[in-house]
Amino acid sequence: MTQKKSTQEKLWYSGNEALALGAHEASVRVASGYAGTPSTEILENVVNYKEIYTEWAPNEKVGLEVAIGASFAGVRALATMKHVGLNVAADPLFTASYTGVRGGLVIVVADDPSMYSSQNEQDSRNYAYAAKLPMLEPADPAEAKEFLKLGYQISEQFDTPVLLRSCTRVAHVKGVVSPGEIQTSSVTPGLVRNPAQMVMLPAHARGRRVAIAERQKKLAEFAETWAENRVEMDDRSMGIIAAGTSYLYAKEAFPKASFLKLGMVNPLPEKMIRDFAAQVDTLYIVEDLDPFIEMRVKAMGIACIGKEKIPAIGELSPSVVRRAITGDVGVATFAPVDLPPRPPNMCPGCPHRGLFYNLNRLKVFVSGDIGCYTLGALPPLSAMDACVCMGASIGMAHGMAKALGDEGLGKIVAVIGDSTFIHTGINSLINTVYNNSYSTVIILDNRITAMTGQQPNPASGTTIMGEPANSIDLPELCRAIGVKHVRTVDPHDIEGTYAVLKEEIERPEPSVVITRFPCVLTPEEKKRPKTPFTSSTENCTGCGMCLRIGCPSINWVPLSPEEAKAMGKKEKQKGYALINETTCIGCGQCLSLCKFDAISTGETK
Amino acid sequence: MKEQGNIHFCGVGGQGILLASELTAHALLAAGFDAKKSEVHGMAQRGGSVEAHLRFGKTRVYSPLIEPGTVDIMLAFEMMEAVRYLPFLNKKSIVIVNTQKIAPPIVATGKMVYPDHCLDAITQQGIALVPVDAFAIARKVGNLKAVNVALVGVLSLYLPIDEATWVEVLKKRLPAKILDVNLKAFQEGRKAGK
Repeated sequence: MTQKKSTQEKLWYSGNEALALGAHEASVRVASGYAGTPSTEILENVVNYKEIYTEWAPNEKVGLEVAIGASFAGVRALATMKHVGLNVAADPLFTASYTGVRGGLVIVVADDPSMYSSQNEQDSRNYAYAAKLPMLEPADPAEAKEFLKLGYQISEQFDTPVLLRSCTRVAHVKGVVSPGEIQTSSVTPGLVRNPAQMVMLPAHARGRRVAIAERQKKLAEFAETWAENRVEMDDRSMGIIAAGTSYLYAKEAFPKASFLKLGMVNPLPEKMIRDFAAQVDTLYIVEDLDPFIEMRVKAMGIACIGKEKIPAIGELSPSVVRRAITGDVGVATFAPVDLPPRPPNMCPGCPHRGLFYNLNRLKVFVSGDIGCYTLGALPPLSAMDACVCMGASIGMAHGMAKALGDEGLGKIVAVIGDSTFIHTGINSLINTVYNNSYSTVIILDNRITAMTGQQPNPASGTTIMGEPANSIDLPELCRAIGVKHVRTVDPHDIEGTYAVLKEEIERPEPSVVITRFPCVLTPEEKKRPKTPFTSSTENCTGCGMCLRIGCPSINWVPLSPEEAKAMGKKEKQKGYALINETTCIGCGQCLSLCKFDAISTGETK
Repeated sequence: MKEQGNIHFCGVGGQGILLASELTAHALLAAGFDAKKSEVHGMAQRGGSVEAHLRFGKTRVYSPLIEPGTVDIMLAFEMMEAVRYLPFLNKKSIVIVNTQKIAPPIVATGKMVYPDHCLDAITQQGIALVPVDAFAIARKVGNLKAVNVALVGVLSLYLPIDEATWVEVLKKRLPAKILDVNLKAFQEGRKAGK
């Protein structure tokens, strides 16, 4: 994509597509990150700009380190991640603040207020303050692109990494975006030795600490006149300070109010805030999650209303903001109707299902992890008892084993996906072996990072750029770590998997069981001819065994005593199971559960 | 139809809801409107309840989210899902609903039953309901996946966009090998909605 787009052209882009276009227009040359909703599609779109080297890193820390290296080599670099990914990348982040940059460096972090696809609701702005870095916060896709480009200018001008805070309602919102000019870096690529700035020995770091204080002062001055921090004066009885999507919600709720719209949330333009506050009767701070701006405005001694009215939990919306400030509930709405819930579910033929069915049978305590398989916690599988963060399953299982000693033997397993194992699980497996534990680790190897939408990982055999790559040999890796008992099973084979699990869980040594079968959504699996199963209504006794795996392709058809009798069944039979042949892919898990010959192989499609 | 509006798309992950909302957004843009659309990805797509908010106007659209009680048109891909988002509707809303039942896991495993006559919850409020058997249309045109475009065909009758613009958008946005079948589904949808 080297030809220049006409600047007249209007594009309908998501925030993530817009950020990718921004990377192209900012002449980014290296982009790295780890998949995580809602940030994933940034790199998936950056890869379409062939001049940018793009990769999936095994985790966010590695991704940021790659970007720091590229910046040191004098090119513009991008690192992308979700909010919790920034926790993983926090170590390099805090010291990259000290080293500064050569080529511009921007870290895009996507928050998830209301936790649509996340395990917590942390507010990434706190990192900007803690790491002493500037942070930009766009409100929509068009701003996301512009702010990314501005971020690179700020990064090079002030010798600093720049954070850009996205969120679900920027990343996955679509809006009109206009292509712009290609902006180039003034930095010449190459290796430049500058140990006083790039080698963070204590003696060097002390010097840099002072330089950062200077940088913060200059950035605060810059924020006072930066065009993206702007005042929109209207009705002076109500003044609102807001950034990002909160600005859009507040603007929709109070179109006549006066606004100070902040494009940069750290550092804040103190003089601008004071001037604005002096011109309005009542000052409100409207912001998602933490009182980040509010606390700083209050520390300036300026009276304002913030979290005492605006919710700190969950994402805001125009109605939430309006109700919080005026008490106006808006139009009367209909009460919700009590309906059967429809949570997400594992796909028909998902290889994880058989494993969780077995774990439920084994009654073990399952220390779980982050992925599609976290859905194994839901009924009827109900086989996950703990889940904290990426990679935690193995460390937690080891901790439980050490806490309980012999009491816990045979009762604890860790469950982790292939991508999550590579992300941050490997270190914990090393710890389990090194410290002579006995926990069993189950690696759910479906060949792909599934939940975020089929991203290749170091075990998949390809890269994001579609090039062939080494595929980690997981059994060999585990053996090299020192696990003596490594078994690979087909999770669709329910009884075979059960036998192996039972043996390994009881073993008083560390062991690894790899359940290996590709995700049904991989392109290869989608293409593979399928042989769906059919169910025999005649043979089905309604015992319900096949329903225990919770497959969306098996439906329960209830029967009244009269209906049962009319079908020639016992009156007390409450119904029968019916396989949906259009969605069944013939994984065979249910077949082994049926004791009444009511399930059989159909025709190959 | 007024100069600005809120369209709510809902259904079950995998039904082609996001594509339907994309086609509609492109038609609105082609007709000279500003628009913003909000979706939720990730976990929500694993067969769960899915919704997309599409807002449009002749002037700038700020918030990408539709407020409860302010939906002008709902395009529901599944009956129970239409009812699930009832708080987004008002008495003047138009609800186009695909008369298809998809059992959520709790129903499929016999723990709960799919509510009978669930759409009554909408009609009882005096809301205009446009039931469409989009699955039958899809079967008729020969591709079960055309349910979404058939429903877009019905929706097209309620938006200030001429037919030619819609057809142009479909031609531009759909892959060649599924275009004909979808153009048929779109026309059948328009017929069914009239």
